[in-house]
Amino acid sequence: MFNFVLRRIAVAIPTLLILVSISFFLMFSAPGGPFTSERPIPQAVMENIEAKYNLDKPVYQQLGIYIWNIVTDFDFGPSFRYQDRTVLDLIESGFPVTLTYGFWAFVFAVTIGVALGVIAALKHNTAADYTAVSIAIVGQVLPNFVMAPILVLIFVLWLGWLPGGGWQGGQIEYIILPAIALGTSFLASIARITRSSMLEVLNSNYIRTARAKGLPFRYIVWRHALKPAMLPVVSYLGPAFVGMITGSVIIDSYFTTGGIGVHFINGALNRDYAVIMGFTILLGTLTIVFNMLVDILYAWIDPKIRY
Amino acid sequence: MKTLHKTLAAAVVSASLMGTTVLAEDTHPVTGEQLADEQVFTYRALDESSSLDPQVVEDVDGSYIVRDLFEGLLNSDPEGNIVPGVAERWETDDNQNWTFYLRDDAKWSDGEPVTANDFVYAWRRAVDPELASPYAWYMSLMALENVDAVLEGEMEDTTLGVEAVDEHTLKVSLTRPMPYFDQMVTHATTFPSPQWVIEEHGDDWTKPGNLVGNGAFVLTEHVINERLVRERNDLYWDNDNNLMDKVVTLVINDENQALNRYDAGELDKTDIPAGQYPAQESERPEEAHVFPRLCNYYYSFNNEVAPFDDARVRKALSYAIDRNVVVDNVLQGGQFPAYTFTPALTAGFTTPDVDWGQWTQAQRDERARELLAEAGYGPDNPLRTTLLYNTDEAHRKVAIAVTAMWKQKLGVEATLENQEWTTFLTTRGEGDFEIARGAWCGDYNEASTFLDLMQSGSGYNDANYDSAEYDRLSAEAQTMTDPSANYTQMEELAAEDMPNAPVYHYTGIIMVKPDLKGWPYEDVQQNIYSRNLYKVAQ
Repeated sequence: MFNFVLRRIAVAIPTLLILVSISFFLMFSAPGGPFTSERPIPQAVMENIEAKYNLDKPVYQQLGIYIWNIVTDFDFGPSFRYQDRTVLDLIESGFPVTLTYGFWAFVFAVTIGVALGVIAALKHNTAADYTAVSIAIVGQVLPNFVMAPILVLIFVLWLGWLPGGGWQGGQIEYIILPAIALGTSFLASIARITRSSMLEVLNSNYIRTARAKGLPFRYIVWRHALKPAMLPVVSYLGPAFVGMITGSVIIDSYFTTGGIGVHFINGALNRDYAVIMGFTILLGTLTIVFNMLVDILYAWIDPKIRY
Repeated sequence: MKTLHKTLAAAVVSASLMGTTVLAEDTHPVTGEQLADEQVFTYRALDESSSLDPQVVEDVDGSYIVRDLFEGLLNSDPEGNIVPGVAERWETDDNQNWTFYLRDDAKWSDGEPVTANDFVYAWRRAVDPELASPYAWYMSLMALENVDAVLEGEMEDTTLGVEAVDEHTLKVSLTRPMPYFDQMVTHATTFPSPQWVIEEHGDDWTKPGNLVGNGAFVLTEHVINERLVRERNDLYWDNDNNLMDKVVTLVINDENQALNRYDAGELDKTDIPAGQYPAQESERPEEAHVFPRLCNYYYSFNNEVAPFDDARVRKALSYAIDRNVVVDNVLQGGQFPAYTFTPALTAGFTTPDVDWGQWTQAQRDERARELLAEAGYGPDNPLRTTLLYNTDEAHRKVAIAVTAMWKQKLGVEATLENQEWTTFLTTRGEGDFEIARGAWCGDYNEASTFLDLMQSGSGYNDANYDSAEYDRLSAEAQTMTDPSANYTQMEELAAEDMPNAPVYHYTGIIMVKPDLKGWPYEDVQQNIYSRNLYKVAQ
């Protein structure tokens, strides 16, 4: 296992480097730059700015300087748009927020999704099954940018139970709506995956054997069926968690939680090079780490898998 | 037990006494309105501010926050008039050399006195190549002596045309007379900054706890992309006249969501989404406000490329736009149809009666058809062109309406092309367009802030208009005490050459809770100072 982790990290570094290089060149191929504004900046001012941010150097040199600063000083550079802030400042202030409601969205999606899927599979072709499947389909077809305004309409404007946005240091009432809006479509996917995988497992030979042995059904589900049925769900969870952090783009800008999601859009629109790169790296790293965690979980769940 | 009763009684008595004093103070000193107990103002900002550093900030929302945290030489009152700020009085004989006399009771929020040196430091800092502020151009717009040489790093910043004669006297020398210079020092770039704080904290100096300002409020909380809180600064020289205790900025990107949160009672002020003014106005006339802004909206013709190198084509397309339809049916926010580039409300500007502005739309359409035919376009040879605008729902609606008018009246086949903002700016800046959308908000309340845009040498002249006569009038206007005659001539020239088609002049359209008073609806520049706002009891 230890070797496996080492190998994965060894592969991760060149992967990240390639990601960074491609993003870097792609970013510079977009028209305009961070200081393109409606009012063209006078030449002398522009030269001072470019010198300050190394924008006067060739792109490959900028890339070199950028990577060097990260490796030696863990310095991701200053934001070009929010000039009082560095990219690390932005990550430090936004990441805990995204992580907090992302975590609750994850918990919400997994607990309810798995429960719905299992109930649907156990009560196959009954009213309970159809209800669960309907809920899953509705959750699936309502993307978070539709879900969010609906939730606001119900819980903020009609019922007046919850605030319509903001964060306030992460008080519970500010977490609920973003977490539900973000988690719903994942919940739907998890429910569907759980249901079909559970159905498959329940129809397999060893479950039939267990039933033939006269084991109580509840025991069979808990002890024998659930764990193998979870395998496809687990492989979905890694990308799902990263998806929740990227999906936070819409949630952040809708609920203005102050999370990192909004930097993905604004960074690109403002051509805030350092911000785009910083968040690309953050996301790339998260994707790699979560995929690795999923692989490790796999080995733990399924003894047949060994690395 | 007895003692406890005594203490309680004493407490009750003193509380009621305090209550009386508070009550006595609880009315507005001028209007006598009953004030609300809680003086907290919460409003929506579209975006996180670019910076809280006065010399760096470049956006409107950010400038408002900076105006609360710092104070410049002069301020503007709710009607937009220039009033004293840190400077008690000021004088100039020739509009080129200005002297400002600073009040001696102005203090920084750490108790230090505000001196002329703080301004000298700030102004030098604004042009410092090392700070590399994107707003350094503002100092060059102010025509400070040697500003361009300092920006280019050719001269020391000590040669900049600003000098502290003594602690409370600031002398400014310009390269040319500028009658409206007093207006320019109400802008955030010219605000003082605390050298000792910047040197101690470096780039972190604008964070809560570090930031020291001289404005009516101090920064107490700042969460990027979520909220910013500022609270009363007891050391502010005019604190007695500040009725507002606390101001909260909430960043809300989506304007419809902002309106939801306004409806849920989370905000005291927000913007009305495009096209929703009539509905809000009929539902809540007390809360929906519309007022003129110092901004224009126009289409630039690329005067350098065919067919728009022909004034007849430019005029034909401009005439055929029915501005009343755009304003009344498309935008529905009380905007003003525009026949001149400069908004009518600009200070010291008399709107010239340009001929085509006086015609009926039928006359304009008739003349447009004639002009286009003269230029050689007709049913057999229709004019084909592309209209470029930046991606936005309101711009799209206007573009569709205008191109439909062209099609219907003149048979012009116009294709619409939209681009994301930065791409759009690059394309337009490179002159790679035929017709492009443009808009401009005045940097100061004087016609040159608009008319400069059509100078041949101007970096903002997207239309590539090149008229020697216009340039001459513009250069001459710079040195005149009353340049209004030149401005009129420039507008007439623009009506004759039609480098751009003015479409409308903007309005501000906002929702404000009925208990919030003091909003500067009269100020076309919308320079808001929170200390002028207050809440009345309901």
